[in-house]
Amino acid sequence: MKPAIEIRNLGKEYKLAASQPYVALRDILSNGAKNLFKTKKEKEKFWALQDINLDILPGERVGIIGRNGAGKSTLLKIISRITPPTTGSAIIRGRVGSLLEVGTGFHPELTGRENIYLNGSILGLKKAEINKQLDAIIDFSGVEKFIDTPLKHYSSGMQLRLAFSVAAHLEPEILLIDEVLAVGDAEFQKKCIGKMEEVSKSHGRTIVFVSHNLDSLRKFCSTTLLLDNGRIVEQGNTEKIISLYVSKHLDTNAEVFWEKGTSSYNNEIILHKAWLHDETKIIRSRFDTTENLGISMEYEVLKEDISFTHGINIFNQEQVNIFNSHDVVTGNKEMRKRKGRYTATAWIPGNLLTEGVFSISVAIFLPNPVHVMIHEQNILSAEIFTDFSKLSARGNYAGDFPGVIRPLLKWELAKKD
Amino acid sequence: MSKFITNIHPPSGFSLGLKELWQYRELFYFFTWRDIKVKYKQTYLGIIWALLQPLGMMLIFTFLFSKTWPINTGTIQYPVFVLSGLILWNLFNSAVSHAGESMIQNANIINKIYFPRLIIPGSSVLVALFDFLMGFIIFVILCFFYQQNIHFSAIWFFPAGIIVTIIAAFGAGSFLAALNVKYRDFRYTIPFMLQVLFFGSQIIYPLQSIQQSWLKYVLAINPVNTALEFFRAPLSAAKVDAAVVGIGLTSTFLLLLAGIYFFRKTEAYFADLA
Repeated sequence: MKPAIEIRNLGKEYKLAASQPYVALRDILSNGAKNLFKTKKEKEKFWALQDINLDILPGERVGIIGRNGAGKSTLLKIISRITPPTTGSAIIRGRVGSLLEVGTGFHPELTGRENIYLNGSILGLKKAEINKQLDAIIDFSGVEKFIDTPLKHYSSGMQLRLAFSVAAHLEPEILLIDEVLAVGDAEFQKKCIGKMEEVSKSHGRTIVFVSHNLDSLRKFCSTTLLLDNGRIVEQGNTEKIISLYVSKHLDTNAEVFWEKGTSSYNNEIILHKAWLHDETKIIRSRFDTTENLGISMEYEVLKEDISFTHGINIFNQEQVNIFNSHDVVTGNKEMRKRKGRYTATAWIPGNLLTEGVFSISVAIFLPNPVHVMIHEQNILSAEIFTDFSKLSARGNYAGDFPGVIRPLLKWELAKKD
Repeated sequence: MSKFITNIHPPSGFSLGLKELWQYRELFYFFTWRDIKVKYKQTYLGIIWALLQPLGMMLIFTFLFSKTWPINTGTIQYPVFVLSGLILWNLFNSAVSHAGESMIQNANIINKIYFPRLIIPGSSVLVALFDFLMGFIIFVILCFFYQQNIHFSAIWFFPAGIIVTIIAAFGAGSFLAALNVKYRDFRYTIPFMLQVLFFGSQIIYPLQSIQQSWLKYVLAINPVNTALEFFRAPLSAAKVDAAVVGIGLTSTFLLLLAGIYFFRKTEAYFADLA
């Protein structure tokens, strides 16, 4: 069987523009005058993709992961023919449908029905196919009441549902999807994934799926490839690749040991171990947003009767210090501790951290006056995710949710009459 | 196994891509349909404005040139002469300027999905043609009003004039569209260039009234002059000026080739630039 997608030595080079990709004619003219007397400077270039070799068989569902800028979207754009490669070639066998965004070409002045035709034909559906599917699309979207109303009167949620419905009814042999499933409300997202899965399984559709969302990759793709710096680092079983990605790039780290202990700043206390765990004491690095996250440290006091306290710092991926905390109960001078081994645990309550990867520092110190005995920076890291099984601050909203923390607040509603 | 096979490789060589354009003809239709629909949904006055604007211009030019500086337009009455020039010019003008802007206006779609990019300036030209047809109705009414003689044996010169205009506008429009993606400030020069071209076209004066033959032949390079030479042929008994038409058709053809060539050469990188 010939592969549906056959990629050979594919590479894409971009010229690094200082500020904008396009050029102003006035700059060319004015620089031209200046450059008459100068030798031409080479523009800086970089390879967004290099040496990509890949075979995807018909019916295979392949995920692509990697950090931002690893080249995932560039690869998808080349396969969808939006941008050409600089080197190499690819052969695509089958009708391609690419979903780099949902609702491409939606126009606010047109009605829902008109937008189905416009978007559908942009996505590659023939008019006859849209005619045939129209009722199913409208029915699936759940906005039939407003289908002849201009799109500008739709809420953003309704627009998304309509866009997803068109996307879910695409029936190309090869479907390329970029991150788009990460928007919209969770319930509807599930419905779309379900529909796509159903179609892809029964029709043996080939799917290439780029996502940051590890859970949807797990659900959707049998094999996955990991990109880094424009190259394929590894490919294989999705579960295996995800754990490689997580350990390599997200650096989640549930446990650290020091065989002989570490005593960064002192000779009074040595730290043996630090770890993350849940309420049942199981050590792990992935937590649902609603779960309580335990951070424990095991240390040995070498000197009799010293006083100190424990602390943690939490940083997000943007290196923002989300918060610090120290043990204010055991942390006063009057509470002296005897020689021996201790375990201290801090509990970060559920519904506080947002999704993402957080790095955690642990410290043993004396606050007043500050005297740091142990400070191990960013030694632990945890991935926080939402699986929608319990009530979180997301409700059933699955779209972009900004904010540094995400508490589940108590809301009250009173009716005035 | 599917019969659709796509080969992806670095851009090389040149082809018109006609086969692919044909495959995507429905998208061509939908883009045109979208623009017409949106245009007339936004303003009902839009239609009326599209009709009033050339009529108003016609009145101004008629007032200026029939009373103060009479121009000899042969057997065509001046208001008919000027309106025929204005509606055909408007077709060229709006096709070129909309096609020139079209790639930037549709950048969000270009960045997200593949289709033959020529569809975009092409559908801008078709939208302009739709507006023109409305103006043409007014023109026909005006012909009746002034009891303009129409030579029915030469009636096919009407579509010939329109086709020349469309081809020239498509060539120039795709050239400008590609240029606009690369040099964003180029668009500010387009209205000025069109303004110059307006006076270089036989809209308010006939080319025959120019005494210096060299100037006439220079102006003949402008495809609009050839288009108007054709378009007015059914109105006058006079024959079309073969020299003017010969020069004009050649330049129209070259303009189309140059426009498509430049567009096709640069289109691969539109998504990287836009």
